[in-house]
Amino acid sequence: MPANHYDAIIIGAGHNGLIAGAYLARAGKKVVILERREMVGGAAVTEEIFPGYRFTEFSYVVSLLRPEIIRDLELPRHGLKILPLPSTVTPMDNGDYLAAWPDHEPTRREIYRHSPRDAEAADEYGRVMARAAKAIKPVLSLVPPDPSSMSWRDMVGLMKIGQYAKSLSEKELYRIAKLVTQSSADLLNEWFEFDPLKGTKSASGIIGTFLGPHSPGTAYVLLHHYMGEIDGAFRAWGFAKNGTGGVTAAIAASARALGAEIRTGASVKQVIVKGGRAAGVALENGDEFHAKVVMSAADPKRSFLSFVESKHFPDEFVEQIKNFRVRGSSGKLNLALSELPQFTCLPGETPLHRGAISISPSIDYIERAYDEAKYGQFSKNPYIDMIIPSMIDRDMAPPGHHVMSCFVQYAPYDIAGGWDDTKRDAFGETVISTIERYAPNIRNIIVGKQVITPKDIERIAGITGGNIFHGELLLHQLFFLRPAAKWADFRTPLPGYYFGASGAHPGGGVMGAAGKMAALEVLKDWR
Amino acid sequence: MLETLELKRTPFHERTSRLSVAQNWRRWAGYAVVGSYELSLDHEYWAIRDRAALIDVSPLMKYMIEGPDAARLLHKVTTRDIFKMGVGQVYYTGWCDEDGKLLDDGTVSRLSDQSFRMTSAEPSLRWLAMNAVGLDVKVNEVTDEMAALSLQGPKSRAVLNRCCADRLDALKYFRLMNTGISGAPVSVSRTGYTGDLGYEIWVQAEQALTIWDALMAAGADYGITPCGILAMDMARVEAGLFMVDADYTASNHAWIEGQKSSPFEMGLDWTVNLNKKGYFVGRRALEQEKKTGSAWKLVGLDVDWVGLERLFAEVGLPPQIPGMAVRASLPVMAEGKQIGYASTSTWSPVLKKYIALAHLQRPHYEPGTAVTMEVTVEHHRRHAPAKVVKLPFYDPAWKKK
Repeated sequence: MPANHYDAIIIGAGHNGLIAGAYLARAGKKVVILERREMVGGAAVTEEIFPGYRFTEFSYVVSLLRPEIIRDLELPRHGLKILPLPSTVTPMDNGDYLAAWPDHEPTRREIYRHSPRDAEAADEYGRVMARAAKAIKPVLSLVPPDPSSMSWRDMVGLMKIGQYAKSLSEKELYRIAKLVTQSSADLLNEWFEFDPLKGTKSASGIIGTFLGPHSPGTAYVLLHHYMGEIDGAFRAWGFAKNGTGGVTAAIAASARALGAEIRTGASVKQVIVKGGRAAGVALENGDEFHAKVVMSAADPKRSFLSFVESKHFPDEFVEQIKNFRVRGSSGKLNLALSELPQFTCLPGETPLHRGAISISPSIDYIERAYDEAKYGQFSKNPYIDMIIPSMIDRDMAPPGHHVMSCFVQYAPYDIAGGWDDTKRDAFGETVISTIERYAPNIRNIIVGKQVITPKDIERIAGITGGNIFHGELLLHQLFFLRPAAKWADFRTPLPGYYFGASGAHPGGGVMGAAGKMAALEVLKDWR
Repeated sequence: MLETLELKRTPFHERTSRLSVAQNWRRWAGYAVVGSYELSLDHEYWAIRDRAALIDVSPLMKYMIEGPDAARLLHKVTTRDIFKMGVGQVYYTGWCDEDGKLLDDGTVSRLSDQSFRMTSAEPSLRWLAMNAVGLDVKVNEVTDEMAALSLQGPKSRAVLNRCCADRLDALKYFRLMNTGISGAPVSVSRTGYTGDLGYEIWVQAEQALTIWDALMAAGADYGITPCGILAMDMARVEAGLFMVDADYTASNHAWIEGQKSSPFEMGLDWTVNLNKKGYFVGRRALEQEKKTGSAWKLVGLDVDWVGLERLFAEVGLPPQIPGMAVRASLPVMAEGKQIGYASTSTWSPVLKKYIALAHLQRPHYEPGTAVTMEVTVEHHRRHAPAKVVKLPFYDPAWKKK
């Protein structure tokens, strides 16, 4: 094969692109993965922004990475270690806190001291949600069938889901029907009474969406996050050694070992189309790469509206992609700290510092934060999910020093007047003063900070709209509708052009399923 | 506040921890309790069967149910006729979900016309509160505030007669009375989890140690012995008493339908009163099951010792059986097919038998049916002949006398 000629070209070296490349290389294909930045990882990167302090810049925890990918690509041999992230603590305004431990009994006692009834409800709720997640999970591993199609493959797929649904009890089916239509606030109010508990649980229903806990559909997002909880039994929840960049570094090492080539600083301008088929890509610098198959692991907007000229797609498809909602709603604050933050409710260093710290005192608090975002402002009192990576992985900061990762919602991509340096600084200041209410020493121990807005996510990681899932996890953007009706099977209307990223089924969350499944579909079509 | 990360200590911990030679601690409903005080269970087990065993059962969940509608609430959630229950009576009962599947089992004691105490293994506050909507009743959990000691064994009455303000001779099986020990008011019920003569003493947590010391002193001449929950576990299998999580799964904790159990399947037919007036949770499903019969039942298995000896003799060994109750599922077969499983098995020191509680499919659950139970003979899985028997295995005459 001449130089720059490949079996397959993958656009983007995020985790999905790397996984797709690794699977294709594993099947003996000659693969090149092209990455715009000088480093691999996409939104799963670890960068030493201040000397000695390593930030998990964007994505910061691993919950959904598929265990079969870890095994297939031998990621532990290439350095992957997922360290436990054992607890969640919600500081309260009265100086107390609510903790969730990795063990059932202490968690029950902890909730019990706030609300005996919620302690019991939590047990049953966990069971019910896990059962519902378990019911839906096998569906995630299927290539979504098109319900309007009569093809053999789609019929078999639908039958499988049908059989699966039949194995569920009537009660479970009703529950799932309710779960996919309800708001997380309605769902949680059915079960619980204690505000910090409801607030913290509702938070996982809004992450990465431009919705509030009272918006219908958020109960499903909550369930989506429970998928990680099931695997929790197998300890897949956690913080990757060396940050999320450690995950992509391991996948890249595996892909290289399998023979894939990775080129960084290779920004794709356009997909080359010949005879109605994707035949290669042209870079911004004019270089050309040719291949039988091209797969995009970028977001849907860039994959279909920027890399490929619209004339190669049906209008209807282009219209659907244009309407695909990718509203970024969250930002990040990464902090380098000279010592451990002192939370009023948790003096000193406690086991809870090794887990998540959640600023989510109530559902109303989060809904109010959303109110401001609806009208183009960042939240004055935002929801914040913090972890202190250096407490989990001592290599993340110099000895005795720490790094802290703060995920912040809401920060709308379309902020009134547009994002600029002043607004970014004001956003960072709002986050710090919010944390300060619970950890008064925070301001004095900051030795470096990085504020990331949705606009920065778009600029640095290349995700249009800055949405962490490449497209919100809304019901009308999931399953056989992700990214567009009839095109949820990782193929696209342009023959030879495939799509395997978070904007494809089954959605984002560093799970890697899209990349893997897309690669397997490419291999099925190989002639 | 980080203490929620630690296991709770019962009100008797100061005494039990000093006496525990084996440092064998077990988790029970979030508490640390003594598994066995001594390295071997023999002495503690024989205290239950021949002397008086003092067992800390404080982790039992306890609820006070009070108000004009207290009886109505309990009538609605349990399978027994609470309206017929007299003051001073104790009922053992299960309670079910709407589909007639067991949520938990425990005791209900009628302390006065409008006041009941309920014990359970699993937290039940939410379940009670949900069913109390529209009723004039208050449900309060008193698990931490109330300590509980179980005094079990043929000498238990004599020990109590020595230290209680009143004599217990007239206290009948499954009745309770109020009295005092060393000036502390206590409630004594003639109940237990061993199938022997025995009592349970309910006391405010602050007075727990006073009661412990008084009982130990009064029992010294009778050989009273602090006993851990491992010896009690052997005794309860002999008594045919099952345990949630070991022998059945609470329906609200089940992952799949197949894990749920009805009271009929668990052999609690005698506690399900379908003649009682009015609605109770699970009634319709239980009436249906009564008509069609149960698909399986919890029964006793008596493993044939000669057959067991033969299996071990093949490798040149005498029978080897764990000296404690084992909560591991063992396949039960008939004619080469698996027809059930044993959920708890134990060596019975008093009966000199290897026995088990087993879940068997119809028709194999009829007494006298010949089956086999899996045993591990020198790392190899074998099947020992066994016979289905009625529960309990052990039922001494003095239990109810």
